[in-house]
Amino acid sequence: MTPFSYARANNAAEALQLGRGGAANYLGGGTNLVDLMRETIAKPDRLVDVTGLSDAITDTADDGLLIGAAVRNTALAEHPAVRTRYPMLSRAILAGASAQIRNMATVGGNLLQRTRCTYFYDTDGSRCNKRVPGSGCDAVGGFTRIHAVLGASPACVATHPSDMCVALAALDAVVHVEGAGGARTLSFGDLHRLPGDRPELDTVLEVGELITAIELPPLPFAASSTYRKVRDRASYAFALISVAAAIDVVDGEIRDVRLALGGVAHKPWRATTAEALLRGRPATEAAFRDAAIAELADARPLRDNGFKIELAKRTIVAVLGDLSGATA
Amino acid sequence: MSILDTAREAAQGLVQGAMAKLVPLAPDSWIPGGVPDPLIARKHGLIGTSVSRLDGALKVKGAARFAAEFALDDMVYAALAFATIPRGRIATLDVAAAEAASGVVVVMTHRNAPRMKQPAVFGSSPTAAGPADLPIMQDDRIHWNGQPIAVVLAGTQEQADHAVSLIVTTYDVEESVTSFAAAKEKGAAPASFMGQPLLNEIGDADAMLAAAPHKVDQVYRTPRHNHNAIEPHAATIAWVGGDLVVHDASQLVSMEAATIAGVFDLKVEQVRVTSPYVGGGFGGKCLWDHQILGAAAAKLAGRPVRIVLTREGVYRGVGGRTLTEQRVAIGAAAGGHFQALIHAGTTATTPHNNMPEPFILGTRAGYAADSFKLSVDVVRMNMLANTFMRAPGESVGTFALESAIDELAADLGIDPIELRIRNEPEVDPTSGLPFSSRHIVEAWRAGAAKFGWDKRGLPGARREGEWLIGMGCATGTYPYYRMPGAAARITLDRAGTALVEVAAHEMGMGTSTTTTMVAAERLGLPLEAVEVRYGDSIIPGAILAGGSQQTAAIGAAVIAAHNALVAELLKLAGNDSPLAGLSPDEVGSEDGGLAKLDDPARRESYASILHRAQRDHVSVSAEGSPPLELMHWSMHSHSAIFCEARVNAVTREVRVSRFLGSFDCGRILNPKTARSQFRGGMIMGLGLALMEETEFDERNGRIMNPSLAEYHVPVHLDVPEIDVIWTDIADPHTPMGAHGVGEIGITGVAAAVANAVYNATGTRVRDLPITLDKLLV
Repeated sequence: MTPFSYARANNAAEALQLGRGGAANYLGGGTNLVDLMRETIAKPDRLVDVTGLSDAITDTADDGLLIGAAVRNTALAEHPAVRTRYPMLSRAILAGASAQIRNMATVGGNLLQRTRCTYFYDTDGSRCNKRVPGSGCDAVGGFTRIHAVLGASPACVATHPSDMCVALAALDAVVHVEGAGGARTLSFGDLHRLPGDRPELDTVLEVGELITAIELPPLPFAASSTYRKVRDRASYAFALISVAAAIDVVDGEIRDVRLALGGVAHKPWRATTAEALLRGRPATEAAFRDAAIAELADARPLRDNGFKIELAKRTIVAVLGDLSGATA
Repeated sequence: MSILDTAREAAQGLVQGAMAKLVPLAPDSWIPGGVPDPLIARKHGLIGTSVSRLDGALKVKGAARFAAEFALDDMVYAALAFATIPRGRIATLDVAAAEAASGVVVVMTHRNAPRMKQPAVFGSSPTAAGPADLPIMQDDRIHWNGQPIAVVLAGTQEQADHAVSLIVTTYDVEESVTSFAAAKEKGAAPASFMGQPLLNEIGDADAMLAAAPHKVDQVYRTPRHNHNAIEPHAATIAWVGGDLVVHDASQLVSMEAATIAGVFDLKVEQVRVTSPYVGGGFGGKCLWDHQILGAAAAKLAGRPVRIVLTREGVYRGVGGRTLTEQRVAIGAAAGGHFQALIHAGTTATTPHNNMPEPFILGTRAGYAADSFKLSVDVVRMNMLANTFMRAPGESVGTFALESAIDELAADLGIDPIELRIRNEPEVDPTSGLPFSSRHIVEAWRAGAAKFGWDKRGLPGARREGEWLIGMGCATGTYPYYRMPGAAARITLDRAGTALVEVAAHEMGMGTSTTTTMVAAERLGLPLEAVEVRYGDSIIPGAILAGGSQQTAAIGAAVIAAHNALVAELLKLAGNDSPLAGLSPDEVGSEDGGLAKLDDPARRESYASILHRAQRDHVSVSAEGSPPLELMHWSMHSHSAIFCEARVNAVTREVRVSRFLGSFDCGRILNPKTARSQFRGGMIMGLGLALMEETEFDERNGRIMNPSLAEYHVPVHLDVPEIDVIWTDIADPHTPMGAHGVGEIGITGVAAAVANAVYNATGTRVRDLPITLDKLLV
């Protein structure tokens, strides 16, 4: 770990002030950033502790929820409004990490988790464009079981590791940020990037910009939503594939649907192709399968992860089937 | 291996060969264990009672001091830098920034390290414990990707960790072999294990296989595994005068002290290795480079050193289990009788060590067959030296053999338990020796009844919701070993308390507790009156905590020391004692003293004997008898492992929902600690079956998942209820009638899981670990 200084901010304004200039990082629960510092991947000269930001979960005027950036994952997962109105979010959080980590991790920090690509972590022995831009990617041709099948680039095949973000992508969350240029909002789908030729950038946030809150718009049919995570052991493993879904079926016809995938891409993957195909169609297993096939049509396997394409299709069909009660 | 090593092995082989011809022919009574240990007959004492770990309270209070918790005055902290190429030379090594970093005391590299001899590689002599026949930080050569290339010593661990990250190294890369396929192309050689060839040929197995009416002939593969004891390797090291003290986490203190003494040109008695507590061993807590580097750095700095490997450091510098590729072919008659049993394959090791994973060991005594061909070939790769890992050989060998038997049973339409029982041997099928104790059929019958084996259906037949449910079983096996060189010292005082010292190890198994129980029983003292000291190389003798032999080695050494103690006490008792005139053979220990065996009224307490002799205490040491019983009988533990597995029909995720282990391991000394050993072994077997795999990048020999986040072992949610039962039938030829139980638990488990997965799905996975992608096809 490289030496650094530490300061604690009591609010966003203080955080922005403390975070200005140099190589500062905002620190939430530290459950990922501190690991990255110990591995000398992150080398901030300054940490600005932002756990003093809002940890409130409040109703918005239009029956959505506003979630402060410092809300702990455990608190969010256990909140009655989340459990009843957005159960996919509760389930996604509880599917991740361990109780101890969830107790520490914050909402803001969870959004900024970095990939688990083992070549990214191997600071001494492997090349990684995300860690050292332009150095090359040793993951291609190497161990790629946890890597991307959608949206990857020759420069980077890493995946985003968060479970919570997959649900937030499906829920069309809005990200509130503040920076030197003032406050702005981003739709969740615009926060994270595909790697392209700049894989070192995980998000579109400007240097010094701070996530202050997440807003969940109202989505009544999300009350019966779910999150399903497929992994190599029963707990404490990152997703091979995950699916966050909500479906609104009226008289056997799909009126609306939300679908997002984890473990497949550099960002939480909102399945817009599948959603568009499903709207207005009968809620049948055949329709789910067609939509899943269409969503994965552009999937490209690496050495070890071709199974994810079939696994994603199966999981989408099973989740939508469970939610809609549809049978073949 | 050099020519000298080969010659030495051949010479050892000749001696062993001659012994192997004579010892089987000797009368039983000449052999250790030929006359049963009197403790076997004692039914109402401490042995067989559940005693909680005597050090349990210390451990839960954090008061048990582990290797990284010795605080020495003026101590500095070490961090290691590791090579990133598989083979070549260091071209440049820039340590200037590290040397200038805050708190740094010294940066040691091959340029300034003290001159040291190569550690004697394990197997080259009885006391050798070196990981490989390689010099340690003596030149610019790189032999594996991950080799330590620099040691930073600093005032705090954080300072050392930071400074080590500032070292910049470049290399001249040389040609290397880092892919198994390339290594096989270069050619395989016949392997030997502990000086014995891994080869058995009886009859013409190929011809009998070809002619057999039923056969299975498949290749099974197991990957590399890394050691992941909960306590990473650590040592606190100090030079005191010219002598060296190493507070280590070790499972071979005496061998380690001798080997380190050789490295630094010291007399053996100048090196003291202590290892009071070990946070998990499994074969990995032996001598590796870090202890020697720590000692060298301490010498260079003139200050004590604490060296604690990071988890990554354990992967880079401590070897694990190597990979195997095993063909199992069985030819059988219609009734299931084995006509040919072929178990042959290839494993990889390095040019600098000799530890081929001996996957045929369990097959040698497993089943009767008309013909056998068992062999292990070895190829060499440029990688970290591999080593022992819980049940080396049997853990992965039983996966192949017991999967193949399940496949044959399916083909024959015979219940797999019945097929095994039909091929139960009368005597050891490859050595011809009689079994000392073999009750595997009883274990099968009891296990099948308790598990509900009769509920097993056809493959793919049972489903609950999304989950396909199957049952599988397999035989586990592990040899009974007892290695030479063990000793015990017993010191008895006038207050009627005894100190028993053995150079043994407590790695969490409960050895110190069980040793106390057995010693108390043997001495006729209550548990509270016996203290056991262990884990220190200054104690006489050498007891390797490996091969599940500690309990036996300690047992035999304590028998020898007790015999010496009785003789000494009779001398001290003299002519005024009720025992006067009796010989040691006529006397035993009971109730705090000695008594005539067939006339217990003739007795005298220890206190009385010592009082009259005006002695505060009496102290004796003795070495255990040579383990000739291993050449006289075929000695093994056995298990019948049952598994119920659930496979998700959609995602093909595998979850084990039930295990039962039915064990035949002699008399169980302490059911509480033994049950934990069995369960722990089975949990490790679950990891072997479903998740453990070292990601060894064959492009450059780099281990890519050196972390418990990415290298999966079972978490609590993966571990089902595990039922454990045992025959509790004493082996008449071992101390206490017991067998070691540290390794048997892992054996057979992977096959039981694979066979259950087959029964659930109809898909046979022959390539561990059984991950969902292999079932999605």
